Amino acid sequence: MLKISIDKLDELFEAISASQTLYIPTDREDGAAEYRKYESGMKLSNALNTVRSAKDFFFPQTENLVDFKMEGKNIEVIDIRKESEDFVIFGVRACDARSFTILDKVFLAEPVDSYYKTRREHGTVVTMACTRPSETCFCGVFGIDATAPEGDAACWSDGESFFFEAHNEKGQKFIDSISSLLEDGDTAKLEETREKTRSILKKLPLAGLSTESFGGDRMMEHFNSEKWGELSESCLGCGTCTFVCPTCQCYDIKDFNTGHGIKRFRCWDSCMYSDFTKMAHGNPRLTQLERFRQRFMHKLVYFPANNNGEFGCVGCGRCLSKCPISMNIVKVMKALEVK
Amino acid sequence: MNNDTLIPYIGVVTDIRQDTPDVKTFRVVSPEGGKVFEHMPGQCAMLSIPGVGEGMFSITSSPTNKEFMEFSIKKCGCLTTWLHAMDVGQQITIRGPYGNHFPVETDLEGKDLLFIAGGIGLAPLRSVINYVRDNRSDYGDVQIVYGSRSKDDLVDYKEIIDEWMADEGIEVNLTIDNPQEGWDGHVGFVPNYVKELNPSINKTVLICGPPIMIKFTLAGLKELGFTETQVYTTMELRMKCAVGKCGRCNIGSKYVCKDGPVFRFDQLDELPDEY
Repeated sequence: MLKISIDKLDELFEAISASQTLYIPTDREDGAAEYRKYESGMKLSNALNTVRSAKDFFFPQTENLVDFKMEGKNIEVIDIRKESEDFVIFGVRACDARSFTILDKVFLAEPVDSYYKTRREHGTVVTMACTRPSETCFCGVFGIDATAPEGDAACWSDGESFFFEAHNEKGQKFIDSISSLLEDGDTAKLEETREKTRSILKKLPLAGLSTESFGGDRMMEHFNSEKWGELSESCLGCGTCTFVCPTCQCYDIKDFNTGHGIKRFRCWDSCMYSDFTKMAHGNPRLTQLERFRQRFMHKLVYFPANNNGEFGCVGCGRCLSKCPISMNIVKVMKALEVK
Repeated sequence: MNNDTLIPYIGVVTDIRQDTPDVKTFRVVSPEGGKVFEHMPGQCAMLSIPGVGEGMFSITSSPTNKEFMEFSIKKCGCLTTWLHAMDVGQQITIRGPYGNHFPVETDLEGKDLLFIAGGIGLAPLRSVINYVRDNRSDYGDVQIVYGSRSKDDLVDYKEIIDEWMADEGIEVNLTIDNPQEGWDGHVGFVPNYVKELNPSINKTVLICGPPIMIKFTLAGLKELGFTETQVYTTMELRMKCAVGKCGRCNIGSKYVCKDGPVFRFDQLDELPDEY
């Protein structure tokens, strides 16, 4: 397997960023990890994962969709779309890599979202296998192997070197572009590391969580459950869960008058907000119970109903660590479990 | 880059008709003349005034009309207030058509049809009614039960009197909520009127109106012996994208914008009661 020594990572990042934009997870001043555009001297974070998910790369928090010029009674539509430039996201974890294929099912379904598609086509996802999964991790519950992440190419660390493998043409192109820095390496120690990680994954507190009670065929049963009242009682409707969630993709479209014209934006939205479904004549989700229920029903029932049983959660654990009232999908799954 | 459905076309408003005190019907054509796009009865379009808002409206004209599209719009929010204030010649943005449609080429063909509408609920059904009138031999008898608060609130009153009532094989039953000077027709709510009319239960029903009217009318139809598989309706929820991606118009796993807006009641029965 092709590898590069860990002390040559700087060289690797310099080489990648010489030809295209490179993003890596790096530590902020306050210690939290986030993806940043690589600049010389920037160090790869040792954190398990970034605070925010990696969905921004393909589905940014805000983006300009189209512009309008208004003159008297006339309107001019200005297509401001541009083909994305090539970029590499390095160090994506298995959970976040899976979130991209979930987002694909939404944005690449007909009619294809051209804004998302161009970024997806020009972005190369280089994943990084986990070695120290945490107690909030439960990707395995959704069939994700943290030691064998998806993505265009994947890399593994054995503590001394990074090993690379391509998963498709785009990934191979990436590896070819850095091949002068890579050398053949012995994977014996890497296999040991992976085995160690697998045994940690098996022992994680949430490893036994079951999806068996969920899926598209359980719609009415779960929707009408009496548990939603208790589960949603303390929900603040703050939307933090949807903000950090790698698969939450609800969006709003809003116009902004710049004084020189109208810019139409797409922005992340949240089903947890009270005006999300509010219409001139009423609101079908009047209380936080309905909004809370919608979010979890979508991940555990509605999404699988429309996507051959695939769940809309990747078990990244961000909502577990970020919810101000410590409510999360794990508690919901346990409460709704059909014994 | 291919066209994206989120980038709208321009439409020109060539005629504005004040239908009722709070409903206007807007005629829209493309700047080059003719329709901006083709549609099927029951489908919708996103109309917008940039800087004001964008909203989903049912296309009330029939696809058999080859010259223009029409939208009957009730004034009830930000965007609709703006639309009501505009003059002929104003450009708007338009994208679509969105959603499924009434099964005019399949399940409805050859059937006796019963249309039941309340208030602005006539707007989506008008598209089907005129489609059926223009393809008369493909359908059986047509009965239309339409009610509103008052005579002045009946949308498309002139077309109903001058055209629909003049057609052979179409029975039109109008009703208003309360007695009114100059009205010698039926007075009373739609659900009760439907029961009084006692329509033959072999008819296929298309119903649209306020939720409360739909609820009681459906109950009345069931009492008369109709089954849910005979009754179609069209739904409305808040929408942004119109293509099942923005995530807000779902009823259970179905998105009203792309899986609807037309549903049969037995299909709605299998979905959560959240609309």
